[in-house]
Amino acid sequence: MPRATSDARLLIQSLSKAYAATPTNLKIIDLYVVFAVATALIQVAYMGLVGTFPFNSFLSGVLSCIGTAVLAVCLRIQVNKDNKEFKDLPPERAFADFVFCNLVLHLVIMNFLG
Amino acid sequence: MATTALEFLPAPLRSLRLKTKQQELLLRVSTLALIYVLAFIVRLFSVLRYESMIHEFDPYFNYRTTLFLTEHGYSEFWNWFDFESWYPLGRVVGGTLFPGLMVTAAILYRFLRALSFAVHIREVCVLTAPFFAANTTLVAYAFGREIWDSGAGLVAAALIAICPGYISRSVAGSYDNEGVAIFALLLTFYLFVRAVNTGSLAWSLASAFGYFYMVSAWGGYVFIINLVPLYVLVLLVTGRYSQRLYVAYNCMYVLGMLLAMQIRFVGFQHVQSGEHMAAMGVFFLLQACISVSNASPAVCLISAIAASATMKNLTTLIRTKTKSPQAASGKTTGSKAAAKGAVDQSLPFQQNAAIALLLGAFYMLSRYAIHCTWVTSEAYSSPSIVLAARGHNGGRVIFDDYREAYYWLRQNTPPDAKIMSWWDYGYQITAMGNRTVIVDNNTWNNTHIATVGRAMSSYEDEAYEIMQSLDVNYVLVVFGGVTGYSSDDINKFLWMVRIGGGVFPVIKEPDYLVNGEYRVDKGAAPKMLNCLMYKLCYYRFGELTTEYGKPPGYDRVRGVEIGNKDIKLEYLEEAFTTSNWIVRIYKCTLLRLHRLSTLYLVPPARNARLEVAIALG
Repeated sequence: MPRATSDARLLIQSLSKAYAATPTNLKIIDLYVVFAVATALIQVAYMGLVGTFPFNSFLSGVLSCIGTAVLAVCLRIQVNKDNKEFKDLPPERAFADFVFCNLVLHLVIMNFLG
Repeated sequence: MATTALEFLPAPLRSLRLKTKQQELLLRVSTLALIYVLAFIVRLFSVLRYESMIHEFDPYFNYRTTLFLTEHGYSEFWNWFDFESWYPLGRVVGGTLFPGLMVTAAILYRFLRALSFAVHIREVCVLTAPFFAANTTLVAYAFGREIWDSGAGLVAAALIAICPGYISRSVAGSYDNEGVAIFALLLTFYLFVRAVNTGSLAWSLASAFGYFYMVSAWGGYVFIINLVPLYVLVLLVTGRYSQRLYVAYNCMYVLGMLLAMQIRFVGFQHVQSGEHMAAMGVFFLLQACISVSNASPAVCLISAIAASATMKNLTTLIRTKTKSPQAASGKTTGSKAAAKGAVDQSLPFQQNAAIALLLGAFYMLSRYAIHCTWVTSEAYSSPSIVLAARGHNGGRVIFDDYREAYYWLRQNTPPDAKIMSWWDYGYQITAMGNRTVIVDNNTWNNTHIATVGRAMSSYEDEAYEIMQSLDVNYVLVVFGGVTGYSSDDINKFLWMVRIGGGVFPVIKEPDYLVNGEYRVDKGAAPKMLNCLMYKLCYYRFGELTTEYGKPPGYDRVRGVEIGNKDIKLEYLEEAFTTSNWIVRIYKCTLLRLHRLSTLYLVPPARNARLEVAIALG
């Protein structure tokens, strides 16, 4: 129906206009999250084809993607200037925490890969 | 206030003239230090009364594995396959234990050794639990301070230091998982609450590591992985969702789960087992909640807050209007108290009532402390492996028979000897006797235990067949008839019958009972009077007089004269009986008989029965 499609197009246009207004650093983080989740989905699809053995390798692959995605989302929350809860946290400290947590995550993943 | 109190001090100290804030800090630090020392020393009763040794049964397994770790290194420990237990099956130790306790003790041992303290690993193991109990009081203080204030933190620390339930699992010598696990539990909760309050990734990472330590230490880690999501859920339900909560829980869950799966014993349970699904459910729920915008583990903490708040109010009441230095605690500043006092002075005798209540509260708390100490001393400080009783003249008598027997085994049997006993003593035999056992406290194989149970319940020749198939060289039984020690094998015997009968229907429990009654005297069932366990426990007992005025062969636990006094053993001979007859060890004497061989190395009189036994066997 023409009204529905034009409504949908208006909605999408307003959303993309609002999104274009977000700062560049947040958009980079969003892109990273999308990349991580996409990688996780590819791994799950591959697992569907070849089976779960060895399970620890599958888990470490998927969880490394989910882990970095989650940590990136946490970073985005902490760095976003619109969040009142985190206005006392300097973005450099947030990024340092993010890097350190990623380091620990990937060390554990490397031990778990088998 | 500060100046008047100082007038009572000698001249050199008066010059210190600390401000109120510094006084408060000094008071707090010294109280916490005293609580730390108290938590440690209240757990030392058994070391003072007996000696520094490991208690009970499970701690002996933990001790043996720690010894192995310090002698062979971490890689060997992680991949250890133990040939000395569950003969002939063996046990994969590396993959079936929680390594946290052993690694902690080994690290403490290495640290002390590096400082040139020449300690033995056993002393480190004995004192690990009290040391960690003292550390738990520090965490409790920090936790109380985090969710209320430093006063509540101090009371929480004091309560945890003497809490009888905690003491019972962490006395010196109780070298078991709970000793370090309770510390890890409280630490994880504290770190997580701190993470939720600050919203910092660093604190979440710390709580993930705390969770990892908890998983490595105890199977009860499941408690955390369900309580933390429950806490998050309650926060969500009460409308307290915040982005800090999102950051804290997500980071802790993902990293914590990954770290936990590194422990082989846990394996993939975090993504497979039903017990762990609540955490995953809350994780996904939080992802949904992120677009939508706008806690306390222990009874000790809640009661600490209540007690502290009550005392604070009472002392505030007392401090109003009186400038004399008789306030009980100086937690609030003078001006705040005066302001409060100005509002509250409405009822007469309010101050006297407050003093009375405060004295009452102190009396109750001091009675509680005395009770906790008494309970610890009487009930929780027994090592179980050394028994104590009061002699007829009131003096204390020590029975050290268990260790006597294990050391006899260690020194008088060949190194590859296999010992058959009921599974209770398995860990102790391997740890102290250093010999291979057939079954032990791990109880992972019921059929194997049932085989031993069947052997103990059968006639001597049938039992010998079973013992041959298991390569048994020695049999060990525990007997309390001489001393009155009631946790012996005759009292446990019906369980051996039931477990054996559960797998081998040839063993039937009614055969051992008379009209449903379990008896060992003249009226006992014939199968009972001639089974292996009866013979091994009561061998030569019929000649012994145990109590004045009673006939020889009087069993002091069952309270009867035994029914079969003329016991002869054919395939076993008595190897060792301890000084109070508590542990008895027998050696299998006859050479192996091949099932199809016609050459018998036994006296001809017994041929017929052997032939029948082998034919049926």
